[in-house]
Amino acid sequence: MSIRIQAATRETDGPLLQLEDVRTHFQTPRGLVRAVDGVSLTLERGKALGIVGESGSGKTILSRSIMGLLPPRGTIRQGSIRFEGREISGLSRRAMRDVWGREMAMIFQDPMTSLNPLMKIGAQIAEPLRLHLDMSKALAWQTAERLMQDVRIPAPGRRLHQYPHEMSGGMRQRIMIAIAMACGPALLLADEPTTALDVTVQAQILDLLGEQRRDRNMSLLLVTHDLGVVAGHTDDIGVMYGGKLVEMAPTPVLFANMKMPYTEALLQSIPKIADPSHTRLNVIAGRPPDLVNPPKGCRFSPRCPYVQERCIEEEPPLIPTVEDPRHTYACWYPVGSPEYVETKERRRREAEVAA
Amino acid sequence: MAGTGKAHLRDQGDVLLRVEDLVVEFPVGRTGLKVNAVSGISLDVLRGETLGVVGESGCGKSTTGRAIMQLPRPTSGSVIFEGRQLTEMNGDDMREARTRMQMIFQDPISSLNPRRKVRDIVMEPLSIWKRGTAAEQRAKVDALLEEVGIDPLRAAESQPHQFSGGQCQRISIARSLVLDPTLIICDEPVSALDVSVQAQVLNLLEDLKAKYGLTLIFIAHDLAVVKNISDRVAVMYLGKICEVAPSDELYRAPAHHYTHVLLNSIPIPDPTLAVVKTAIEGEPPSPVLPPPGCRFHTRCPAATDVCRSEEPQLRTIRPQHFVACHHPIYGDDSIPVSMGQLSGESMP
Repeated sequence: MSIRIQAATRETDGPLLQLEDVRTHFQTPRGLVRAVDGVSLTLERGKALGIVGESGSGKTILSRSIMGLLPPRGTIRQGSIRFEGREISGLSRRAMRDVWGREMAMIFQDPMTSLNPLMKIGAQIAEPLRLHLDMSKALAWQTAERLMQDVRIPAPGRRLHQYPHEMSGGMRQRIMIAIAMACGPALLLADEPTTALDVTVQAQILDLLGEQRRDRNMSLLLVTHDLGVVAGHTDDIGVMYGGKLVEMAPTPVLFANMKMPYTEALLQSIPKIADPSHTRLNVIAGRPPDLVNPPKGCRFSPRCPYVQERCIEEEPPLIPTVEDPRHTYACWYPVGSPEYVETKERRRREAEVAA
Repeated sequence: MAGTGKAHLRDQGDVLLRVEDLVVEFPVGRTGLKVNAVSGISLDVLRGETLGVVGESGCGKSTTGRAIMQLPRPTSGSVIFEGRQLTEMNGDDMREARTRMQMIFQDPISSLNPRRKVRDIVMEPLSIWKRGTAAEQRAKVDALLEEVGIDPLRAAESQPHQFSGGQCQRISIARSLVLDPTLIICDEPVSALDVSVQAQVLNLLEDLKAKYGLTLIFIAHDLAVVKNISDRVAVMYLGKICEVAPSDELYRAPAHHYTHVLLNSIPIPDPTLAVVKTAIEGEPPSPVLPPPGCRFHTRCPAATDVCRSEEPQLRTIRPQHFVACHHPIYGDDSIPVSMGQLSGESMP
């Protein structure tokens, strides 16, 4: 049984994952939380898509909606999620079991709590192999050792018999990746996979994910708050705000030509290593919207420095740019539009007067 | 790296805090082993300066911050604050000294008492020290809350859970300022915040520092954040200091291999820059059994025999720039051309 062969024998027509108007709402005592509110996107085979957003933007709930990992009570789901052409959004947990592991797998932010502390590492990697691929115990453990080699764990033969507490955070995240890879999934969902790790280890894990993706022709959905992480490790980026996609483009296109003022503001608020120290940071005033009572028009309008009357009243649709049909954005007065330029100029003059 | 030594300590200028040979060890159960959290570091901070302390988890940066506050008291070493030796102070004197040095922590929500009203939380230090009348205290607290961007009326009737993480960090900052301290030790104050909120808090700290003439020690793992706020930066690894330099100089021309690796590991939000291949393998060794010699030698690309046996001392390689390494990336002379690119000058 070879994992690589299994990955290669998949059908290769059509997009791997298609989301159409996906909505995930939660009933809470405060009211209906519109965590994901109408997201449509397509992920091609072998590609890496980054979903970027701040806390409460809906990025994690989006990835859990795809994976079918939502609390059964009080969750309202709408829209369509097609995986290899098959509708999976209405599937029961039992039916999802056939999808998990073999078709799609997920790794989480916290490698400390994602592993079972009472089970040997080898048993945890072997578990999906035995469950989903009906491997014998001996073969599953043998495969587990090779998977550990693939994710570059030194001395895998010895490590198989260790427990999670005997390993560092970076090692545990490697184990999580090995478990996710075990059944050769076509799609890997990674939710903030490096946020809990140190910066030198983060670089190692991101490189490992990229390498595994290329080797296995696997697609990757990388959810993160860090624009730096997605810049170097994705083909496309979707920016989420208030439960919606507000901009989406191939990675180089997005960074070269941001249309949505939110994307621009997000990038500008990060301290840059190349700037001199004590450089004044651009801030986004206010805070993310309340998803129980989101603003009526554009959800970013209460914080947008370039807001106009229309933005408050009417919600902008996601439309393609003139330059590139793959680049979509949701804004009435995008970066570079006459209204944007005029407002920016006016603010600059106001700031000068104030100074 | 991983050096001891005091070449970087300054005799001139208004030294507010001087730490020498600080050692903090924690016992590991009853095994007789110990965690060498901080192993003989020396630091000084001038009045009005911001010292950044940067390093990965387990390097001892937080322990250093807490040991300066004598929380807990260090195993050995000297901490002189405003000319007074803190390590030998009795409890009452130490309590008094702590009104002049305050701390802000990483998790803003858990560092506030969840059952009290926000205004009372900020006022508590004043009531403990009986500073002014009740009316004066209230006026001072309201002014400070206003200053950090919290509505005093809302603070009077709300508890911490009714505020967001960024707002709670603002409240923590207001509380730390209420006794008019000179030194604020910030331990990862923005790492739990979203980037847009992080920028707000960093700008706020800069404004307050200027207004109240504060001195800051800013401890963080994020190199870009540390560079933004600091005048001088100390890089730590496994309980030791590797390199100390003015902020801009350190990032433009790192001399220590570890600093260089750290800088190269940062993901840059610009896809046009070639992704630098992982510059380093492995993870930091355990501080229970730190490697002999230079503590970085197990991961260092330039390590030789001398690094394995002999600990490097901090020494000057350029004015204001100190490094603890037997084979620094460059010596006292000019910087090799290739370094400019590696260290970030080519970034936009």
